[in-house]
Amino acid sequence: MAIPWKPASQMTHITKNTTRLDGVVKVTGKAKYAYDMLPDKCLIGRFVTCPHPNARRLSIDTSAAKALPGVKAVWVEGRDIYRFSGDFVAAVAAISDDVADDAVTLIADSITWETLPFVVREDDARQPGAPGAHGGDRSNVREATNENEGDVDAAFADAQAVIEGTWSTQVQTHTSLEPHGMVCEWNDAQDAITVWASTQGVFSVREGIAQAVGLDESKVTVLCDYMGGGFGSKFGSRTEGNVCALLAKDAKQAVKLLLTRKQEQTNTGNRPSSNQWIKAAAKDGKLTAFQTNAFGTGGITGGAGFPTPYLYSVPNRRVKRDDVFINAGNQAAMRAPGHPQGSFAMEGVMDELAYKLGADRIEFRINNDPNATRRAQFRDLAERLDWKNVPKEMNADKGTVKRGWGVGAATWGGGGGGTQAEMDIHQDGSVVVRCGTQDIGTGTRTVVAVVAAEQLSLPIDAIQVNIGNTNFPPSGGSGGSTTCASVAPAIKVTADNALFALFERVADAFDTSPDNLEAFNGSIRTKDDPSNSMSWKDACALLGAEQVSVRGQHEGGLSSSGTAAVCGVELTVDTETGFVRVERAYLIQEAGLIINMLTVESQIIGAVIQGISYALYEDRIMDRMLGHQVNPNMEFYKVLGAPDMPHIEPIMWMTEESLARGVIGIGEPPVVPVAGAVANAVRHACGARVYDLPITPWKVLAALEGANA
Amino acid sequence: MKRFEYVRPASLKEAVAALNMENAHLIAGGMDLVPGMQDNVIPADRLVNLKSVKDAALRGIAETPDGLTIGALTTLTEIAEHPAVMKMYAALSQAAGVVGSPQIRNVGTLGGNLAQRPRCWYFRNEEYDCLKKGGARCFAQDDKADNQYNAILGGGPSYIVHPSNAATALVALNATIHVTGPDGDRDVAADRFFALPRMRLTQETVLDPGEIITSVTLPTPAPGSKSAFVETAEKAAFDWAISGAAVSVTMSGGSVSAARVVLHAVAPIPWRSKDAEAVLVGKSLTEATIKAAGEAALTGAKPLSKNAYKVPLTKAMVRRALVAVV
Ligand SMILES: Cc1cc2nc3c(=O)[nH]c(=O)nc-3n(C[C@H](O)[C@H](O)[C@H](O)COP(=O)(O)OP(=O)(O)OC[C@H]3O[C@@H](n4cnc5c(N)ncnc54)[C@H](O)[C@@H]3O)c2cc1C
Ligand code: SF4
Repeated sequence: MAIPWKPASQMTHITKNTTRLDGVVKVTGKAKYAYDMLPDKCLIGRFVTCPHPNARRLSIDTSAAKALPGVKAVWVEGRDIYRFSGDFVAAVAAISDDVADDAVTLIADSITWETLPFVVREDDARQPGAPGAHGGDRSNVREATNENEGDVDAAFADAQAVIEGTWSTQVQTHTSLEPHGMVCEWNDAQDAITVWASTQGVFSVREGIAQAVGLDESKVTVLCDYMGGGFGSKFGSRTEGNVCALLAKDAKQAVKLLLTRKQEQTNTGNRPSSNQWIKAAAKDGKLTAFQTNAFGTGGITGGAGFPTPYLYSVPNRRVKRDDVFINAGNQAAMRAPGHPQGSFAMEGVMDELAYKLGADRIEFRINNDPNATRRAQFRDLAERLDWKNVPKEMNADKGTVKRGWGVGAATWGGGGGGTQAEMDIHQDGSVVVRCGTQDIGTGTRTVVAVVAAEQLSLPIDAIQVNIGNTNFPPSGGSGGSTTCASVAPAIKVTADNALFALFERVADAFDTSPDNLEAFNGSIRTKDDPSNSMSWKDACALLGAEQVSVRGQHEGGLSSSGTAAVCGVELTVDTETGFVRVERAYLIQEAGLIINMLTVESQIIGAVIQGISYALYEDRIMDRMLGHQVNPNMEFYKVLGAPDMPHIEPIMWMTEESLARGVIGIGEPPVVPVAGAVANAVRHACGARVYDLPITPWKVLAALEGANA
Repeated sequence: MKRFEYVRPASLKEAVAALNMENAHLIAGGMDLVPGMQDNVIPADRLVNLKSVKDAALRGIAETPDGLTIGALTTLTEIAEHPAVMKMYAALSQAAGVVGSPQIRNVGTLGGNLAQRPRCWYFRNEEYDCLKKGGARCFAQDDKADNQYNAILGGGPSYIVHPSNAATALVALNATIHVTGPDGDRDVAADRFFALPRMRLTQETVLDPGEIITSVTLPTPAPGSKSAFVETAEKAAFDWAISGAAVSVTMSGGSVSAARVVLHAVAPIPWRSKDAEAVLVGKSLTEATIKAAGEAALTGAKPLSKNAYKVPLTKAMVRRALVAVV
């Protein structure tokens, strides 16, 4: 077990506000992303994509493209079956965008296709006699879950309130601002490759690229200093990365291959849809029964799992869920995979039952939530929302613009492990940390500096942080909200080790033993006599030319997993236009020991924004007539913009008990409860429930018409 | 993007001459044209940069005895923020001020706004060879279509909605559009400038090949006139209206002596509703009159499979525009 974190009350940097180390270079454009890299003589890579939702490639002829002056390499996908529009069929690397575009056109025109029947919507795919998304007899429907617990029928018969409804959620695409892709530079002299990747895991990219091009991992270096969003869709080398590396190897040159916005929409993953028929019951303030028949699509092969009845306890459950296959791009992990879908429906169920029972909506949740932290968070949220003055009934406002409040909750794992780091302390007092982790925008670079500075009792700017490089000590992919809880402990242990190594080298000068030394506020001093002290610089000067250089790794006891969050929103609904404006959002999140308040709050703000965007705007729309996505862009795939943002209050749950748990990552959970809270607030405002995300003006108007009919 | 030729004419004459070729386009701000080229839906072999033309008539906002003349290259921001426009032609200032986003308004011009192409997503996706692009079929009118953004009035055989905010306001304000071309200059009333698909399928205006919008004149408003533009969209910015309305009303002695009611984003052209205007003229603007005008404005609406919501929504838009001028 590691030396524990010192008490929060004694901390200088941890739990406090540290501005991002790379904030200035990011806003001034000096920070270079993979998208910005253009090594000497770099070729431009481009994909040829499938123009049909389901088709067999009968022939392809790349000779004209290869003969085009300036084309340096061509890749052709080996498969001849393509199951969605936009799938990658071939690729080129050429000396300019124009030549690459011309080569793409030549190859696209050379292909003869046999088009096959297709199905792009899950409702259609479930119909008897629907075309098979996979061709042939393979069913479009696969049973994914079939669980029974307790006696559902008896519980329904015995209930005080029963509700029933069909909740559904759309396919959401990640819409990362920096596209997927890489810049690969082939080093012919050494038979090695350097890769600048927009990735959530540099080591998984190294593994993938090494396999793709047949090199030892020792010959592959993957770099990622900055990256522009992944949300779960940027793990491993992926097709576009492998193809970029193959083209570079083939051309013996650098190749830049980043996807277009359209390809981002169609080819890089998404959050699966869900359609959830639910019947639920309560008695004496407690949930008693939950039954669901659900399905969702994760695209052509992907599953569409989501948890229900999510985080509330229901003794009697019958849960049936199918995966539906359609001719569309596959799902990929997306910020808290499954949870927003489950939460959206379940929070709706909670409100409907509370209304039916005449119960307070927050009290009803507290009554049915097994998690003590979240129960306390709900009480705190009620204070912040001034809940006692929020009308109990729906549709309380008499005007055309009506105000409503809604709440939701989240659970998540997080937790850490596996990361290693190195630290050097030089005779001039400078400190260098190296860790292979990547900063996917969450502020990991800053976290490294905060922890090192805390342990060494130095200012933040005394620490040089080097991350995002596979030549540094390994760290896992940034997924599952595990980065901070993996990296922060590893840096702490490394810094503790480095400090002790320094003490061993300088103890003689203090005329004491190493364990009697401590770092204090930019100095080294003896524990028993604080006046026996030397500045950090003077102490380091004793080291001479050979720096202290040590490693350390994540150790148990410094991080934990399991976290709780609740969300409350206040919004208005214009009942004549159906326009919903979220005015205020509160998100209370437990995160254990908070390393940097500013970046953790930034995660919450970003998650609330993404959650509202999911609730109100985002929707991947597949056209049933020709089978393409009709909105593969950021014009009609609508993403919330600056004027749509409410006032967002991130609230960190900082009880002593919680701080003592060690670090827990929270990149994902705050996105979870937002859509359910928004939908509940719409219902509360105007009395109409929109069961289907996103909550567009026309769905609000239709629901109002239904409610008034 | 496909390769194209780029021409910088110094005069309007040269510009007109340079346009004498298939797939030659004027480019002003480029906010509409360039994305259409990038998406492979607007074939362009030559771009003729209107901004290189020195002619003063293309630029600026000038008050004249007949009214206000606005050059075609004037940006939407300049229009929205111009004191005379704000004071006398509120509908235009409001319409220009809510286009897209600040960046789009700072670059987008009046001429480009009026001559912009449709946003129908079948039109904007290269996979859909629809009627507007010379193809055989309108996808939007199909019952299986996602036609929530398409027309409820004036549709057939194409069901686009005209995207231009300025157009709706200019029709309400009875503006005149000045045009020059191979056959010289001509003036077109704003309410005759836009062409229904059944008149012209592959373009949205009455402009003939080589014709250029040079400026727009707004007549001096009669005493007692007021105008307003309202719209609603899904998002507060960087989005398109799903419905809207511009109205211009002249009051004399407590009742309406003249009115224009123009619906936005519900028809292939800015949709002037003479029925609604008839309801208003001779009446005072009471709640009941306003409501009746809203109802009248939507007579004859024929929703497609997914856009019936636009009927009640547009009634509300008409009411709100009228309330704004009371
Ligand atoms: C995200 C987004 C949102 C938008 N939202 C809106 C909106 O809400 N409302 C709205 O009205 N518009 C909207 N716009 C559309 C539009 O791009 C702008 O309104 C702008 O005014 C176009 O002007 P431009 O000068 O950039 O046109 P350009 O792109 O330069 O030209 C557009 C077309 O007009 C032709 N043209 C240009 N000038 C002339 C002229 N003087 N005479 C004849 N033809 C000419 C060009 O050949 C071209 O076909 C939006 C655009 C985007 C990208
Ligand atoms: S409405 Fe017009 S632009 Fe849209 S698909 Fe039909 S013909 Fe094409």
